[in-house]
Amino acid sequence: MRGDIFAFIKPRKALTNSNSPRVYRTEGIVLKGYDFGEADRILTLYTPQLGKLRAIAKGVRRTKSRKAGHLDLFTRSNLLVARGRQLDIITQAETIESFAPMRIDLVRLSYAHYVAELVDAFTVEQMANYPVYATTVATLRRISTAEDPALSIRSFEVQLLGLMGYRPQLHRCLSCDTAIEPVSNRFSPKMGGVLCPLCASEDRAAGPISVQALKVLRNLQTNEAAILQLPELPLEVGQEVEARLQEYIEYRLEKGPRSVRFLDQLRTEGARP
Amino acid sequence: MSVTAKPITRVVDELSRLPGIGPKTAQRLTYFLLRAPAEQAEALAEAVLELKRNVVLCERCFNITDRTPCEICSNGEREASHICVVEEPLDVVAIERTGQYRGTYHVLHGAISPIEGIGPDELKIRELLGRLQSAQVEEIILATNPNLEGDATAMYLTRLLQPLGITVTRLARGLPVGGDLEYADEITLSNALAGRSQI
Repeated sequence: MRGDIFAFIKPRKALTNSNSPRVYRTEGIVLKGYDFGEADRILTLYTPQLGKLRAIAKGVRRTKSRKAGHLDLFTRSNLLVARGRQLDIITQAETIESFAPMRIDLVRLSYAHYVAELVDAFTVEQMANYPVYATTVATLRRISTAEDPALSIRSFEVQLLGLMGYRPQLHRCLSCDTAIEPVSNRFSPKMGGVLCPLCASEDRAAGPISVQALKVLRNLQTNEAAILQLPELPLEVGQEVEARLQEYIEYRLEKGPRSVRFLDQLRTEGARP
Repeated sequence: MSVTAKPITRVVDELSRLPGIGPKTAQRLTYFLLRAPAEQAEALAEAVLELKRNVVLCERCFNITDRTPCEICSNGEREASHICVVEEPLDVVAIERTGQYRGTYHVLHGAISPIEGIGPDELKIRELLGRLQSAQVEEIILATNPNLEGDATAMYLTRLLQPLGITVTRLARGLPVGGDLEYADEITLSNALAGRSQI
């Protein structure tokens, strides 16, 4: 509709209405990108109202590009996007938040890669999910400043799984529905939660989960703020929580996140004298 | 039955597999070659064949070359004590164009990108460390791209190289010539401020 200036600022309308304006405004985080053509890059962005979005940023590989610095990986920017025939074109970009401290620390940076990879792997294009956006921004912020970024990552994994509909059941046995007691229980990635000792045979692949790890996971689900205030988890509990979540994510995605390999490499190399 | 002769379709098909060349451009190029003198087409065919037959990677710097060690590595006037680490062979060309650098190079053939599954093992990093053992190196200049992947690669290399007692430097970063201050992002501007120099 001509003269409807509000259509211009409502991005959702821009994608669904055939009479919609040729440009729309949105903010977004750059999840990944690859080089395209002479000096362009095709970016995958996550936006608050449009969900995951692929768009082309023209000329950003030239040193004189006005957009390049605002469209580097993991930057949160305000964008002006023009509708293209196949791909939308980013015409203007301005940084809102660059999470600068994370960019000069290799470990924090690798965590950011992992966060972006998970968001990309779990979401589909153009399906809005504002909480996913909010959690991603909050996590990137925490990664750049938190003393122990690993804890923020565990929290992010639990939140994202929940938002995607894969929230693991940690309070009742998945088979007999009785309350889980603080004994040696099992965690089943296939069934999506905990099995009591009596039902362990329901999924023979389910590995044991300690009482402490289960507590941490439950708290990450329901009492995230309290957990995030801890300086760090005891090493063994942290490793166990990480391993169980990793198994579950791998089962859900049907593949292991690729950025984990580099993180592991950094950790083993860092441990060397 | 196709109206186009088979040899023509074949060239069109092959050309349209090149980056940036669509079916129409491929057709135009094919018909151009068809009308061009035979020598021109032969020269092109020969050049392409030679490209695949005679171009190799330099055993030292992994730049693309027609003989190994390459011209730069075997040039006695270049300072072997300085190694400039770049991502791609084209970056060597860019730095050579400045005419300011008299040292040698090392081409990584990529940058660390965990999300794409490219880690240090996929790059020529082990080979770089090998070079440091066989030659006396004073300075390593990290000239990876000024983006996040390039930075990650530079940070990773710094972690490996600094304990060896070699001076590790990174190309300065800031505002490009002919740029507009108002469009600079905050990271570039703060880098430019941090790296300001007295006139």
